[in-house]
Amino acid sequence: MIEISHLTKRYGALTAVDDISFNVEAGQVLGFLGPNGAGKSTTMKMITGFLSPTAGSIRVCGHDVEREPIAAKSCMGYLPEGAPSYAEMSVRAFLNFIADVRGLSAQRRRARLDDVIERLGLAGVLEQVIETLSKGFRRRVGLAQALLHDPQVLILDEPTDGLDPNQKHEVRTLINAMSKDKIIVISTHILEEVDAVCNRAIIIASGKILADDTPQALAARAPSGRLDDVFRQITTGAKPAREKEVAHA
Amino acid sequence: MHNVRAIFRREFASYFATPLAFVFIVIFLLLAGVFAFYLGGFYERGQADLTPFFTYHPWLYLFLIPALSMRLWAEERKSGSIELLMTLPVTAWQAVLGKYLAAWCFAGVALALTFPMWITVNYLGEPDNGAILAAYIGSFLMAGGLLAIGACISATTRNQVIAFIFTVVICFGFLLSGFPLVLNLFKGWAPQAVVDAVASLSFLTHFGSISKGVIDLRDLLYFGTMIAAWLAANVIVLEMKKAD
Repeated sequence: MIEISHLTKRYGALTAVDDISFNVEAGQVLGFLGPNGAGKSTTMKMITGFLSPTAGSIRVCGHDVEREPIAAKSCMGYLPEGAPSYAEMSVRAFLNFIADVRGLSAQRRRARLDDVIERLGLAGVLEQVIETLSKGFRRRVGLAQALLHDPQVLILDEPTDGLDPNQKHEVRTLINAMSKDKIIVISTHILEEVDAVCNRAIIIASGKILADDTPQALAARAPSGRLDDVFRQITTGAKPAREKEVAHA
Repeated sequence: MHNVRAIFRREFASYFATPLAFVFIVIFLLLAGVFAFYLGGFYERGQADLTPFFTYHPWLYLFLIPALSMRLWAEERKSGSIELLMTLPVTAWQAVLGKYLAAWCFAGVALALTFPMWITVNYLGEPDNGAILAAYIGSFLMAGGLLAIGACISATTRNQVIAFIFTVVICFGFLLSGFPLVLNLFKGWAPQAVVDAVASLSFLTHFGSISKGVIDLRDLLYFGTMIAAWLAANVIVLEMKKAD
């Protein structure tokens, strides 16, 4: 369970995340939607303990991220934006390193490594240096890293960004397969993705939550019944024109 | 503890995954030899000891250690892997310690590979091997101190060149803080106690006394404190500025 209350992040005069509160329960796949610069990544960085909030609190699996960071981080898997990893390592060495840090016992490690390697189709590139992999494979290595300890909570920042349509489909199938008993939060600005994998969607713009509903209920808000139209209506209608220009610039 | 070990192993292996390790070790050995034989007059002075070899270590380290330390954190920032590292269940201390120890061990490997020098003097005469061992320990401690400075500075930036230049300047200041070049900056306006304190921070002075073969507790304390203080600063920098 993720409990977020009155979360705020300011950078000087800029308020990136503005007093947002929401809970996510097990079994929910939450799509975090918003235009670029809306505060999606900032919120995810705070949930995973990379950034400290200016105000407010976050609890993950009952642990306060600021006060018990290690316990909170232990129950989360995180794919940061752009899927960073150690470029000079081989896929196998990288996953072994993650297993070491996650403290997986020898037996569990083997089982988990086999599992993520199979799920993400990494068997063919295990000995390859990450630097030399295609963008799609690098993203999959990032996902493998996040899934390795079979976490209760998965935070995925734009998991399908830069993937080709087939790879996107594979990642969505993967998320669907895992969604039953986990909490999954994905950020995206691809609306079809929300339809495909999420059972709840939060639309955020300028650091504020503008809508929080099931994708179906959201889509029903527009006369056309399309999520795109609702998204445009909510994020442009409720936002000051000045910021829109900045986002387009 | 297993976290420190995991980070250490990854970091140490990463030196050897690129030509960095090879280039560093070869250049280090080459320059150490050149300095000892040509500038130090290793043969000409006709004494079986390694003084001409160790005398130039501080100057060798002044440029080579920052080259080693500059990537420690700046590279993680640049590639974004710092976000991965800091969202794994590790504390800032474990990460700092793991990475630092890996760099220090690597420097130790380079230093240990100068053993042919030691064999040479033992072949040529009968040196005081106790003094040589002490000098090696002193050199290793000095490398550790300079590396701790470099690690901390590397954490403040995502640009390795900036990290390198600032590390060289600060290391230069610490090497020479017992000498007029630095002391004159303080004399005249600072009280004598401050001038003395600055003078006592000199790497050269402490290395000099160890390399004469006397391992004094004060010198060990000096290097220990120096390393601990810079690593603590490294942790603080990291916690204040995780992103960007």
